[in-house]
Amino acid sequence: MFASLTSRTSITTCALAALCVAALLPLSAANAQQATELQIAYDGAFQPNELRAPAGKPVTVKVKNNTSKAMEFESKTLKVEKVIPSKGEAVVNVRAQKAGRYEFFDEFNEKARGTLVVE
Amino acid sequence: MLAALIIVFREVFEAGLIIGIVLAVTRSVAHRNRWIVGGVLAGVVGACVVAAFAGALSQLFEGMGQELFNAAILTVAVVMLTWHNVWMARHGKEMAGELRAVGQAVAEGSKSLLALAVVVGVAVLREGSEVALFLYGVAASDGGPAMSLFLGGLLGLVLGGAVCLLTYFGLLRIPPRALFTTTTVLITLLAAGMAAQAVSFLERANWLTALGTVVWDTSWLLSEDSILGRTLHTLIGYTDQPTGMQLVIYAAVVLVTSALMRLIGSEPPRHAVAAG
Repeated sequence: MFASLTSRTSITTCALAALCVAALLPLSAANAQQATELQIAYDGAFQPNELRAPAGKPVTVKVKNNTSKAMEFESKTLKVEKVIPSKGEAVVNVRAQKAGRYEFFDEFNEKARGTLVVE
Repeated sequence: MLAALIIVFREVFEAGLIIGIVLAVTRSVAHRNRWIVGGVLAGVVGACVVAAFAGALSQLFEGMGQELFNAAILTVAVVMLTWHNVWMARHGKEMAGELRAVGQAVAEGSKSLLALAVVVGVAVLREGSEVALFLYGVAASDGGPAMSLFLGGLLGLVLGGAVCLLTYFGLLRIPPRALFTTTTVLITLLAAGMAAQAVSFLERANWLTALGTVVWDTSWLLSEDSILGRTLHTLIGYTDQPTGMQLVIYAAVVLVTSALMRLIGSEPPRHAVAAG
């Protein structure tokens, strides 16, 4: 009984794995859409604290953390969240957005805020 | 101090909910504490390791290491939860009815406990690594406010633990027989929600772009960041702006789980379950 149980378990696992693989298949088109590239530095405050990007296009934001503490670049409205280690740099992908103002901040220091203006 | 309290609590909250559910699910299984505590400890150790290598981790895969790591460990949790559900569909009723020899129940209970211990470990690992990074940063920064920040962090941890206990005792108020059904549904939705979160991480890494359009936006109705929104986010995978792919995967996990449970669990229910 244990043997059959084990084989069934592996069937379960395979089915799930297959599901995951199937989900990953269409990713060959990744990065096909040209993204707007932006840069921002963090030293306890964002420099600059206002970014601009065109509407309807994905955006990549390169965030450089110049402080000695880890920070988390986060935006509720842009649905991004990324931990950036001290003295580290990270790329944050933002999906194409409608025109508007989108706030972001450092989750570990909410006084540091900035805005992405999509127009 | 308040900021530290809020940050740590926010991270621990999700893990607390998951641990509370796992504790309730394994209520009648012997030695469960050993496994769950083991899972928590492994998660804490893992979180410290992840925090220590956070820099290296984020550099992997062209800067998308964090996203892919999160997607990977969420996938592990989804597989474990599904395995547990399917396993319980086969053996859970006997265990709940306590019709089995105790020794056998222990041996078999442990198999599913391993899966749940992994889920607990993964939850602690994921939430804990951010706490570890944050607190490490506080410790590394100069003297003064560090003490009060640590105090805040500690309080946040205690409050997160309270969430765990509230979930546990809340679930225990459900009569034993209904508890089995409730937790099965809960774990299925938990797994589906985690799978949808994994999709969201793959989307952020640009590894998954198909069906990437947001299908609806209910942030005006229930924001994902409110307490209720966060609770539902963890429990059933509520997202205020789901993409098409997230919905597809969510539905797929629910369907696959119920199909597997029916397929594997439907072999003759040997005994009628004694009323709890």
